[in-house]
Order: sequence, then structure tokens, then C-alpha cells
Amino acid sequence: MHTLYDKLWQSHVVHEESNKPDGMTLLYIDRHLVHEVTSPQAFEGLKLAGRKPWRLDSILAVADHNVPTTRRDYGISDPISRLQVETLDQNCEELGITEFRMNDLRQGIVHVIGPEQGATLPGMTVVCGDSHTSTHGAFACLAFGIGTSEVEHVLATQCLLLKKAKTMRVAIEGHLGHGITAKDIALALIGEIGTAGGTGYAIEFAGSAIRELSMEARMTLCNMAIEAGARAGMVGVDDTTVDYLRGRPFAPKGDLWDKAVVYWRTLKSDEGASFDKTISLDAAQIKPQITWGTSPEMVAAIDGKVPDPSQITDIVKRHDMERALKYMGLAPNTPISEIRPDKIFIGSCTNARIEDLRIAAKVVKGRHIASNIKLAMVVPGSGLVKHQAEQEGLDKIFREAGFEWREPGCSMCLAMNDDRLESGERCASTSNRNFEGRQGPGGRTHLVSPGMAAAAAVAGHFVDVREIY
Amino acid sequence: MAPLDRANVDTDAIIPKQFLKSIKRSGFGQNLFDEWRYLDHGEPGMDAARRKPNPDFILNLARYQGAQILLARSNFGCGSSREHAPWALQDYGFQVVIAPSFADIFFNNCFKIGLLPIVLDVADVDQLFTEVEATAGYRLLVDLQDQSVTTPSGKSFSFDIDPFRKHTLLNGLDEIGLTLQHMDKIKAFEEKHRAAQPWLFT
Repeated sequence: MHTLYDKLWQSHVVHEESNKPDGMTLLYIDRHLVHEVTSPQAFEGLKLAGRKPWRLDSILAVADHNVPTTRRDYGISDPISRLQVETLDQNCEELGITEFRMNDLRQGIVHVIGPEQGATLPGMTVVCGDSHTSTHGAFACLAFGIGTSEVEHVLATQCLLLKKAKTMRVAIEGHLGHGITAKDIALALIGEIGTAGGTGYAIEFAGSAIRELSMEARMTLCNMAIEAGARAGMVGVDDTTVDYLRGRPFAPKGDLWDKAVVYWRTLKSDEGASFDKTISLDAAQIKPQITWGTSPEMVAAIDGKVPDPSQITDIVKRHDMERALKYMGLAPNTPISEIRPDKIFIGSCTNARIEDLRIAAKVVKGRHIASNIKLAMVVPGSGLVKHQAEQEGLDKIFREAGFEWREPGCSMCLAMNDDRLESGERCASTSNRNFEGRQGPGGRTHLVSPGMAAAAAVAGHFVDVREIY
Repeated sequence: MAPLDRANVDTDAIIPKQFLKSIKRSGFGQNLFDEWRYLDHGEPGMDAARRKPNPDFILNLARYQGAQILLARSNFGCGSSREHAPWALQDYGFQVVIAPSFADIFFNNCFKIGLLPIVLDVADVDQLFTEVEATAGYRLLVDLQDQSVTTPSGKSFSFDIDPFRKHTLLNGLDEIGLTLQHMDKIKAFEEKHRAAQPWLFT
């Protein structure tokens, strides 16, 4: 009896450096996603060593972090950002790597376009120089983020030297309440186990509530596994997985498709397989979640309050909480629903897929953003998501409600382009990290689901989305 | 040794995103902990000598200048996969980071560039914090061969390290070169893999 993680690991072992179970293993990599920020030094290293990419057809590249979300026809105004994107373009052109350029309809956030294109398939090992690569685990892949040295290693050898992780099963049983999403599951879980709770583990999400989730929602959940400290998150294959992939451009066709599906259906943990750790959450108990601090584990439900550091006995924890509240400009015991954001960001590899935009649009339809909201923006995850949303008229709903409708990219999730918070500004954000300065120096981030961000936009303060729709 | 008394220090804090736009591998040291270390906002290309250091930030204190070991709290390096974080620590002058725990990707990235992350028990880290804060010029001896950390009073803590990682660090080996020694195995695996899952190779 094997876990899904064991199956994925075993099917990619090329060589073991020692015969001990915790030794370093050379693992074969099927899919290498590349973006502009973590690759230039790897390409340079490859060139300096006189090496070539091992397998070109395993690589898919896209620029997403530095790209502007307005007026693409003007190009990239920041010369340093522009050079980084041009460097990716040049490297891909020189080496013959498939790249979706900035003005290609298929361009978007790397973790949105991989699955969208069917470039992410069950049973694969998927890597990218980006921690949110865990997203792809939603397809029963072993997918994880790597550093630039490892990007070069995969380019040169198609392999990585890795240590096997421990396994954690996160079981979410029961049914999610109306208006509760994968984002709320992720934040509730991180609130429970902490941002280091999954360190050293690969998480498999299981249970009836997970089976009921769409692929988009499973991607949101696996995306946030890294915020729980786990390098990889994953979900076993079922009909939802197979149905999502059918007909995608990079997915197999005809006989190969049939053969692939037979194999993919084996990609789930065997009944009774043992995990190193198991966590259980009752889906019905999960409420809309909002972070109040500077780490995703600093989270509360919408009907909760900002905690009081004076009640914390652990001195390191108390100091961290005091520092976080000072940075966030929040007083202890403030009801969460009294917090008033200045800006709204709906986007990122966590929550910028079509389903996310549909939920947010449903909340804002026929309403308008509150007068205290300085800027509300929707940044679709890819050109194709944007196109689909426009076909459905979602752009019109957002625009009429006072939102800006932007071009796809990472945008204000990490503020490497021009989209950022000013110091002291507070943001309801559907992204994944609320670290100090993440969305701009001095900016204050509250992580929420798309529905909650949309609800905060129209109410002018955080509010339970379940009261709105 | 310099102490950084905060838990969950993330990679955005270690090296803020605006510096990730560089296509070079060096020069990140002057922007290590940029938002904590300087009072003014930093952007790429600024002359560090003309900026306003934050006199209260620990690395700006005279007694910690030239430190080669960083003492940190749990979950150090959480967040993104940016190797710029270990690059910045190394470029600043750190050779070793000691903490009760590290985030996985950061921990792994450190070995790739020859920065040694050492995990010690929480109680031992607490003791080191107390001692380094009490004594100016506090020095630790880190012996990778022996896998030990020794305090000025002669107390020694041992640490674990994977034997392969130790070997590559001590000998400064190129991991890509080592992997390419297994080229035949990789090719053999690839053939088998292609036969089993041909759809992966289209």
C-alpha cells in the first residue's frame, strides 16, 4: 500500500546516492516551467559551463512577474524589469525553448498557464523557480518550487538531487458551507498548523470536501501548501481531474489519451496507506477567513477579533504579534469586520482563474465599490482567462462596479511591476502572502478569498460574504 | 556572530522583490534585509553609502560588524524560492546561519551555493542568543568536518548534515558535474519512462 507521494517519487527515481531511506536521490523531472525572475543566472551558468538544455520539449517559459497590467502596447517602462523580460526572450530564442511572449493570448501567470494548456499532467514531476509550483499538485503531480541553482541543474541534467519528504494527509471531511472556498480551507489549515506546520512534508489533501472541489479550487489549495511550509501539495486523480484536462492543447490525444487516463486513475493513495502525519478538519466548521497580521498563520474568521498579545505567554510569539499589529496599524480586540481596506486586489496564482472571477463578479454585480476604496483591480491569471471572462461579460460587471480590468500577470501579489500599495495602505487581497512589504513597502495585506475581497470592496470594510450572496 | 531575534523571517524580508530584477548573481549583500536595515526606501542601483542606515537594526550595531554567522529563530527563510536570499546573506559576508528550523526551499538553496544552514535545538539556540547578546565580540567555532559548533567557554553542540551534502560542501564540488557522471543512468531511465508514458515526450 502506497501513498500518492510514494508512487510519484518511486516512478521518477534515477539513482540513489545512498541506500538509506533519507539519502539524496536523483529524481527525473518531466516538466520545467520557467519565468523571467529566477532563470537568467541559471541560463548564464549553463552557457558559461558550455552546457545545453537536456530536453527542450520539457520546458515552457513565460514572463509574468515583471509584466505591466496596463497598456501592454507601450512595453515595459522600468528599464531593469524590461531587461529581465528581454533576457528571458533572448535565452528562449537562442536555445529553442517554447515561450509565450507578453502579447501572446496564452501569456499569464506560470501556475495558471501550465494547467490551462495541459502542460501539467497527472503523474508528472513539475518544477519551476517559484515556490507556488505546489499549485500543480492539484493534478496528482509531484510539483515543487526550486532555486536558481536547481533551475540550472534541471536544464543541464533533467534531474534534481532531492531528499524524500515525510507525508502528511490533510483530510477535509463533510461539505463546505455556502460561500466558503478553497482559500478559506487553506487559511484555516495554516491557522491551525502554522506556517512551519508542513515543513519537511508533502501534503496530500483528501476527504469528501476535496472530492467536491473543482480543479480551480484544488489549485488554490495546493498553491497555499507552501504557506503551510510544505514544498508540495497534491490531490489524487478523479473524474474532475480527467474532465479538466480533456482537449487541452498539450494534453495527449486519441489512443494516447485513453492510455494515459488508465494510468492516471491509479494516481491516488491506496486505501489504508500510512502517512507520517494526519490532520483532520471538519468542512462544515470552516468560516470565511481573513489574515490580520504579517504571516499567513495570523488569521481569524470574519466574526472574530484581532488577537491581544498580552494574552500570549510565549515571549517570541508575543513579540512577533506585537510587531505584526504595529506594522498592520491594528489595535488588539478590534472586530475583524471593522477593518477598512483602501485597495482591493483580485488576482495572483492563488485566485485568478475563471471560477475565482465568476465568484467575485457575482458578489459585485449591480453594486458599486464603497467610497473609501481608492482602487479595486481585477488581474486575470492569463490572457485566456481574461478572454473567457470577457465572453461571459464579467469584465463589464467589474467595470460597472468601479473595478479596473487589467492585463494578466503576477501584479500586486508581489509588486514587482508598477502595481503596488503605498506605505500604510491596507489591501483586501486574494493573493498568498501578507509579509511585511510584500505588496509594496509599508503596505498592509489582508489575505481573503475572491468573494470576501469583492464583498469588502462593496461594503468598504470586511464583511461576511455569506450575507451578500 | 550576529543575532536576529525574530521568528518566521521570510525571503521578502531577507531580500525585497525590487532587487530580484537583477539578472546577475552577485551584489545582493548591500540590500540584505533592506527594509529593516535602512530608513529610506531602497531601489536597485542606489549607492548604499548615501543611504540612511537604521541605527536600531541589529546588523548596523558596531559590535556585529564583520559577523560571519547569523543566529536566527525558527522557520527562517520561509516564503519564496528566490535563491537571491542565500545569495544576499553570502554576499554580505555570512557563511553560516544557525536556527532551530528553516523553511525547506531556503534550506536546500543554501547548500547549492555553499552557505551552511545549521539546525540546533530550540534550547541551545536560546542559550546562544543569551550569550551573544551578553558578550561583545562573541565568536563561535563551526567545524563542518566534525559537525560541531563550539562556544567560547568550550561547550560544544553537534549538528546533523546529510553525508552527500557534507561531501560536496567540503570539497566544493559542482553538483551538475556530479549528476552528469550518471548520464547513462539518466538516459536509460528516460527510455523506460518514454516507453511507459509516451505522452510525456510529445
